[in-house]
Amino acid sequence: MKQPKIQTRELSLFYGEKMALNSISMDIPEKEVTAFIGPSGCGKSTFLRTLNRMNDLIPFVKITGEVLVDSLNIYDKQIDVVNLRKKIGMVFQKSNPFTKSIYENVAYGPKINGIRERKKLNEIVETSLKNAFIWEEVKDRLYDSAMGLSGGQQQRMCIARALAVEPEIILMDEPASALDPISTAKIEELIFELKKNYTIVIVTHNMQQAARVSDYTAFFYLGELIEFGKTRKIFTTPDNKQTEEYITGRFG
Amino acid sequence: MDNLIENKGFVFSKESLRKKFRWSEFLSEKIISGVAFLSITIIVLIFVFVFRETLPIFHHKKETVKIESVQKQEQYGGAEASGPTNASGQEQYGVTTTDTMMIENQARVEDTVVHEADEATVKSLIGKEWLPVSDRPRYGLIPLLVGTLKITLLAILFAAPIAILAALFSAAFAPPWLREIIKPAIELLAGFPSVVIGFFALMVMASFFQDIFGYDTRLNAFVGGIAMALAAIPIIYTITEDALTAVPRSYTEASLALGASRWQTALFVTLPAATPGIFAAVLLGVGRVFGETMIALMATGNAAMISANPFESVRTLAATIGAEMAEVVFGDTHYSVLFLIGSLLFIFTFGLNALAEFYVKGKLVKRFQGK
Repeated sequence: MKQPKIQTRELSLFYGEKMALNSISMDIPEKEVTAFIGPSGCGKSTFLRTLNRMNDLIPFVKITGEVLVDSLNIYDKQIDVVNLRKKIGMVFQKSNPFTKSIYENVAYGPKINGIRERKKLNEIVETSLKNAFIWEEVKDRLYDSAMGLSGGQQQRMCIARALAVEPEIILMDEPASALDPISTAKIEELIFELKKNYTIVIVTHNMQQAARVSDYTAFFYLGELIEFGKTRKIFTTPDNKQTEEYITGRFG
Repeated sequence: MDNLIENKGFVFSKESLRKKFRWSEFLSEKIISGVAFLSITIIVLIFVFVFRETLPIFHHKKETVKIESVQKQEQYGGAEASGPTNASGQEQYGVTTTDTMMIENQARVEDTVVHEADEATVKSLIGKEWLPVSDRPRYGLIPLLVGTLKITLLAILFAAPIAILAALFSAAFAPPWLREIIKPAIELLAGFPSVVIGFFALMVMASFFQDIFGYDTRLNAFVGGIAMALAAIPIIYTITEDALTAVPRSYTEASLALGASRWQTALFVTLPAATPGIFAAVLLGVGRVFGETMIALMATGNAAMISANPFESVRTLAATIGAEMAEVVFGDTHYSVLFLIGSLLFIFTFGLNALAEFYVKGKLVKRFQGK
């Protein structure tokens, strides 16, 4: 296993009194794709959102334990959430472009980081869109509203938007669940390309997808991490009986 | 299958499936639609009435009494009959006693019915003087219009930023428990009787601002504008707040996940996404101020004059109706002119609401469908 990028140490999360994550410890390796699988409500999305502190937005959430990114505890009081999220980008289940032009969408991140120079912005927008494999489709309509793109294009544009702030880690919360098979294939191809430069964590309901794109897989069930290991191993010879049952479709 | 259906006492046959007439359903449907039509009819009838009372102004009669343009004297307070006897050349204000006024007013009714609307009246509508009770009445609407627009502008300049920022605070920054206090509290203010706000402006705010700014006229557009802003803030706030909270959470999340701070998110994402709603909120606020009567009557000084100075008194359209309708002679030109003002207010508010409605709908559709 490569150098771990993210490490969690006995991470537990409570919604009020209800425990949603129970003491999760895992090492997510750098520049690999790690997939989280498990039935609905098992806490995989919640866990993903603790990794860039998106759960901070929800009232009555209590978190114990540690999340170390590059050996730094991101729940430390000294950590600035805003800067943290620049390092850890996120792509959501439902594509959520701003009601602005495609250009403005991608340039939003760099702009709030204080980049004003037009030439530099143009450059960032172009590279980001190219890296998200969508440049060819939108280069003639950069100034049209992003709402006019198809669902799959919107999602890739959202990935481009996340790339534009130059993160090191990209969290993806079921990025292809609302897309047709062709768009899904494009997203998966994109993930495969992106892992050369980024650490990617992806939550998915689609087990074939997990098997196709990921290097490591974690199986969650009822807020607990049941099994974590190389994808090949999890899908062929899992250690845990529950994992095997889930993967073979006997429950979940 | 057959058994199941029969067990419920339900047989598929022509008999059991024949259309049935249900009295209760028919009646309740008719009653509900009847009530709906009644309310619409009432509104339309009010509309028709207001316009009908306006018409005499534009209905010229040939036997008009000429108005001597040489006449230089002016009198106020219903002292027409004594006009010529007053040779001093000065204007007189309310010199006649109540008794004579009544008699003279009656005389005037007969007089005015004959030459109900003369051309001079219609011409004077676009004049700069509002002197409805004088020997040579002039019904210039311009000062009233200017006064109304001035006070509306002032009120919105105060109200809109305050209300929008307050809404932004409670929608994007306030913790949930605080929001649950602020929102209902401000919404309750919308039901605050405007006469109380007017009274407060008249007694307290006027003196308070006079101490600060040192203007001469105690009641003026500035005081009235701020008082009106108090009435408009709850409306603008409520609708803006609704528009802001209606912005999908995924937008704010997208922005925050890109490393934007809460302020940047609120300012660059939430606020722009809600602009159509905010625009509608401001328009409704304008409508509220435009039609506000009691506050205008109490706090603006009610002098029909044209000036750009915010510390001068103004007279608004609505306040003019409020102040003069009770004193006017039924069927008189003055009466018709007041109804004309009513029609203007009606049309303006109607247009404003229509604009808010259609603009917002059009804009929202455009925004969220990317056309």
